[in-house]
Amino acid sequence: MTDATTSSLPSATPVSGKGSLMQQDARTRKRNAAETRFKAYGIAAITIGMLMLLVLVYNIVSRGTGAFQQTFVTLEVALPAEKLDKNGTRNLDDIKKVSTFGYTPLLRDAFEAKVADKSIETELSGKEMAGILSAGAAAQLRDFVLADPTVIGSTVAFEFLASSRVDGYLKSRVSRDSIANDKNISAEQLDFVDQLTASGAIEKRFNLAFITGADSSDARPEAAGMGVSMMGSLFMMLVVLALALPIGVAASIYLEEFAPKNWLTDIIEVNISNLAAVPSIVFGILGLAVFINYMHLPTSAPLVGGLVLTLMTLPTIIISTRASLKAVPPSIRDAALGVGASKMQSVFHHVLPLAAPGILTGTIIGLAQALGETAPLLLIGMVGFIASNPPDSIASGLLDPNSAMPAQIYEWAKRADPAFYERAWGGIIILLLFLVTMNTIAVILRRRFERRW
Amino acid sequence: MALGLTGYVVLAIILLTVAAFFMARSRAKSTAGGDIRLLHSLPNYYGYNAAMFAAVPAFGVLMIWLLAQPMIIENSVFKLIPERIVSEGSSRGLVMSDVRRVAEGLDIAVAQGALTDDEADNIRTEFKDVRSILGSVGVALGSNVEPEVLYAAQQYRAKTETGTFWMSVAVVTLAALGAALAIFVTNADFRARNTVERGALALLILAASLAILTTVGIVLSMLFESINFFRLHPWTDFFFGGSWAPNFRGDSDLSILPLLWGTLYISVIALLVAVPIGLFAAIYLSEYAGPKTRSAAKPLLEILAGIPTIVYGLFALLTVGPALVSIFGRGEAGLLGVDWMSGATAVLTAGLVMGIMLIPFVSSLSDDIINAVPQSMRDGSFGLGATHSETIRQVVLPAALPGIVGAVLLAASRAIGETMIVVLGAGAIAKFSLNPLEAMTTITTRIVSQLTGDTDFASPETLVAFALGLTLFVLTLGLNVLALYIVRKYREQYE
Repeated sequence: MTDATTSSLPSATPVSGKGSLMQQDARTRKRNAAETRFKAYGIAAITIGMLMLLVLVYNIVSRGTGAFQQTFVTLEVALPAEKLDKNGTRNLDDIKKVSTFGYTPLLRDAFEAKVADKSIETELSGKEMAGILSAGAAAQLRDFVLADPTVIGSTVAFEFLASSRVDGYLKSRVSRDSIANDKNISAEQLDFVDQLTASGAIEKRFNLAFITGADSSDARPEAAGMGVSMMGSLFMMLVVLALALPIGVAASIYLEEFAPKNWLTDIIEVNISNLAAVPSIVFGILGLAVFINYMHLPTSAPLVGGLVLTLMTLPTIIISTRASLKAVPPSIRDAALGVGASKMQSVFHHVLPLAAPGILTGTIIGLAQALGETAPLLLIGMVGFIASNPPDSIASGLLDPNSAMPAQIYEWAKRADPAFYERAWGGIIILLLFLVTMNTIAVILRRRFERRW
Repeated sequence: MALGLTGYVVLAIILLTVAAFFMARSRAKSTAGGDIRLLHSLPNYYGYNAAMFAAVPAFGVLMIWLLAQPMIIENSVFKLIPERIVSEGSSRGLVMSDVRRVAEGLDIAVAQGALTDDEADNIRTEFKDVRSILGSVGVALGSNVEPEVLYAAQQYRAKTETGTFWMSVAVVTLAALGAALAIFVTNADFRARNTVERGALALLILAASLAILTTVGIVLSMLFESINFFRLHPWTDFFFGGSWAPNFRGDSDLSILPLLWGTLYISVIALLVAVPIGLFAAIYLSEYAGPKTRSAAKPLLEILAGIPTIVYGLFALLTVGPALVSIFGRGEAGLLGVDWMSGATAVLTAGLVMGIMLIPFVSSLSDDIINAVPQSMRDGSFGLGATHSETIRQVVLPAALPGIVGAVLLAASRAIGETMIVVLGAGAIAKFSLNPLEAMTTITTRIVSQLTGDTDFASPETLVAFALGLTLFVLTLGLNVLALYIVRKYREQYE
């Protein structure tokens, strides 16, 4: 029977005169080709998206990891008493009279001693040799001596930061061609660097100062770090957490549990959804006009940054909190009311604890968004200066001028010296690590505590 | 000093509040004869009630006073400054900021011991060099202090001091009265829980109204400064002028049109990148991809939306821009051998990178919308013999169109308001040009550049930023409202 049916098919098609089912006609082929093409567009779109992500991540990692390594020069510096403490009294006030310039010759002498010791042949003068060090080397020496005057007279081994050009040379960012017109470093100095590297006096290693240190002036990219701006971000996040969480939760509870259906509620809801879509820079303008120009809060203070970011994150927190309140089934409320709780008690004692994991997740995501926000911070002045010391108390952390991580990255991106670009990418790695950590915590919280009712 | 006194006032209110809590609670217990079953509410509610009466009115008055006092004092002090100085010193705001700085300097000088309180109140510029005294305590002044300004500053200080004193008295008294009243009414039959809950509800409403307050704050702050701007600068030039050339010596051309052109041009390029890629990605993910691909690709794409915009800005400035220059620029050394592009910052640079940023925005919104089209419509189309792509193009997409248009409009509003990418990637030259390889500037970049650094709220060059901000706000708000309207109006109802 089956044989008969299969054999009858070919004979049946000619009757209709429209070609064979086994053989696609031109129109079907066209339609199928269109189908394949359409699907390919989709795959191409996804691929492009993934590719962009890949390029971005590769770019950040390949350009930023250099910032975590820094070139150091090991040098044994003699600290002669006749130069640093002429009276020999070890009186701190006398020692302080020797300025940074008084320490510079010591570095030259140290280099000359090094050259003699390692029998390196070079035609450079001591001054030119000292030129491969960071401009802050003499100050580092002075601080060391002032901290402990008893070292005067001895010879101490120091690790100095190499100048950013030398650092760039060892990271192959600076080449012999690119320094042709550079008055900060010469080819002979690079030869000298090669010789020192061979003798082990110059080495590249992990640079903790980039993570903990402060920003530096334009002339010393090698000394710039993220630490102080991280503190600024931390204090801003504390302000955001302290304000946005309670206010956001309170607003959501009202809208979700108590608000009657009337025009006021409508206005509030429309406002919240609109605020979520307002460009972040507008919040910066608001902060400048209200907090700084009208209320005279200190410019550049993390407190003001935190207030602005609070207003910006509130809609995010309110929207996610309302979603998690909505997810708590009405039976919980009914049960609480049934045993005699008031409406307020049913919400605060029963609904809110059950919604807490969701609220927390939303808050962390809102904080992560606030942490990466830059534009409003530019307007309230959190860029363009160097905060050199980490804040020493909570009040100074909130009120003293500081930067924030994204603002610091922007600051570095604007500077002329390409050595700062490496810092900017490195800063982005740190910033993204924070964001990834926060988002991971949010995802884990959601997975761990999410309840299906 | 003012801050110090205010700090003590806050501390006093907190102490009064805590005391009121415990006193009311114990009073409630004692009126019930120690048997809390006789109380109307749980004992803590009596405490909360008293604490609420002590703290809320006091803090409310404190806040209002702190906000209103500077305004009132400034108004009255301003009357002391003769016209002569105002006309020389260009404007009221400038003179007032001088007065404030001198007053602040006197405060600091007293705090550091450079002046005694009496001296600060009575010195005259005729006898003492106030500028050098203030300079010695770290308050640098731009010019010598005019006698009238110094007098105004001293009045300012005196009035602030009196105001703060009376504020402290009023607020602490209010807190004590509130606490006393609440403790007085406390007895076993008092419905403390109901009062507390009404108070809590009021706080909840207050928190919810903060959204309105923020919007009002945004609109008012920008509106006031914009009005100030239009007083100093003709509105016809702002809206219809042809060039943007701020000049801090005055006489600037401040027209929004070239900026608007740059903004729209960059946004259009961004949308040309983001909409096709995002839309096709959404179609593929919701119609073709299996659950595994979907659960892997969707979060990965959304990472693009979670990356801070400063990262994209740097990517534009340091990666995409130079890459484009090596393609379109550098003459013979370039990839195409042409010299069309001179710098890394260009419309195309910013547009491309912004497009990448917007991909997940378009794709996840469209994805939700496509998923909302009922399966029965697809089944019907398949049943009629349509291929999958024909079904998508002729059935699913038309049904989802209003939502997709809404998503694109939202993406457009995002693109117009985006700041960091254009600040770093678009350049600073305001002009009308069709060449995407040239640097152009946008509304947001100009807001940033006019408002960073030293801002002088009396010059049109600074104030124009508020007019730009207001325009931006209106523009993005309009797009959002339009998007919502389209979605609501044209949404097909399938239920």
